[in-house]
Amino acid sequence: MRYAMAIDTRKCVGCSDCVVACQTENNVPVGFCRDWVVEVVDGTYPNVSIELRTERCNHCDNSPCVRCCPTGASHFEDGGIVLVDHDKCIGCGACIQACPYDARYSHPDGYVDKCTFCIHRVREGKNPACVSVCPTSCMNFGDLDDPNSKIVNVLKNRKFKSLAPEAGTKPQIFYLI
Amino acid sequence: MKEELFASGRNIPNIDPYLNIWHWQIPSYLFLGGLAAGILFFASFFTIMGKEHKMEATVKKAPLLVPFILMLGLFFLFLDLKHKLYFWQLYTTIRLESPMGWGSWVLMIITPISILWSASYVKEAFPNWDWKYKILNTIEAWLIKNRKIIAWPMAIYAIILGIYTGILLSAFNARPLWNTSILGPLFLVSGMSTAAAVIMLMSKDHKERKIMGRIDILLIIVELFFIIHLFMGFLAGSEVQINAANLFLGGKFTAPFFAFVVILGLIFPAVLEVFELKGYKVPIVVPAVLILIGGLIFRFLMVEAGQITRYLY
Repeated sequence: MRYAMAIDTRKCVGCSDCVVACQTENNVPVGFCRDWVVEVVDGTYPNVSIELRTERCNHCDNSPCVRCCPTGASHFEDGGIVLVDHDKCIGCGACIQACPYDARYSHPDGYVDKCTFCIHRVREGKNPACVSVCPTSCMNFGDLDDPNSKIVNVLKNRKFKSLAPEAGTKPQIFYLI
Repeated sequence: MKEELFASGRNIPNIDPYLNIWHWQIPSYLFLGGLAAGILFFASFFTIMGKEHKMEATVKKAPLLVPFILMLGLFFLFLDLKHKLYFWQLYTTIRLESPMGWGSWVLMIITPISILWSASYVKEAFPNWDWKYKILNTIEAWLIKNRKIIAWPMAIYAIILGIYTGILLSAFNARPLWNTSILGPLFLVSGMSTAAAVIMLMSKDHKERKIMGRIDILLIIVELFFIIHLFMGFLAGSEVQINAANLFLGGKFTAPFFAFVVILGLIFPAVLEVFELKGYKVPIVVPAVLILIGGLIFRFLMVEAGQITRYLY
């Protein structure tokens, strides 16, 4: 089992619904967020292209955050989901330094917090909150090891990229381009 | 022209607009760790060489400071933790993959060794010292007899500690300025140079000061070579590393780096030390203090600048 996300940058309208859904679902404190929307503008008018993409923890296969954690608080759950065990986290900040995507932050309660792929929902067979609220259905969440899943199908038929693959992290969020 | 902005808005404290999660505690700790490592290394080195009577300040006096230096450093590390009450979790696991993990274990080993070393010399520094309990006197007698045996692991752990202060940073692939293996040796040499400065400050023996001065000049030359090597490596690297080097070669860290670290912290004290060796009267406090301040500023700049550098995508 390998959970991943395929996000269609051509469908995303940048409404930030995913951000608000995540904040509500996961009680993210005000002023913080586990996911966010980036707008990349390339060129100047009239020769301009815009890419919108929603970003979050990439749940990397080769996670520098898990590697550098001195207490084992950052760990892999089933399906490759990277989680932080709050009771083991000492708040040293090593994983925040280690993440090339700046996907982690220091929670006001002390521990480090980040996207969990809504593991509590996934275990119930539901989609993560961000995926389920997306008005344009630009996000596909699923199991890469299941040949019949929608995400495998989408990745088979569309060109995609991942963020900073040169960092060697093997990110598991794919952006359809 | 490529421009990137957060369409959803994002202004997480200490993460945006650029990372600044590590403040003064970490560079101060790196400085103290390197200093302690250097002092312990010199103490054990001259003990192994059988020169402990010629190098009084190096072997006997300066190591008395080390337990306090290490404890202060550990206290700074503790201050850096955001989930402080859980700090003991560091010592429930052994994670060799994590530099911070094995670094905390190295500190757990070298701090007691430095305390034992100081304990074996405390009576020489304070003749009226009384251990009060018989068992402590027995332990002291054993320690005094076995100093050479203790010196070996102390030298090895001191080198590991010195290198660790650099590897702590260099292990972070995500921060291109830190992600270079030269940082370990560079921080080790810099730490040893600051240790030599402290020993020179504490030594009253002209001959000992001369030996440490010679060692320090050599260390400074090696350190300058490593710094050149660091930037050469970056400039021959990928775009993110070139950007990292440019922070110091024209960017916003250029002036403090070259003024306080390279010139006032390395070249100028080395020149003063050369003059002293040639027989000119130079108050030793000037080069020694400059080296210490330079070493501290160097670590502050590296930690601050490293957090700004990042991957582009």
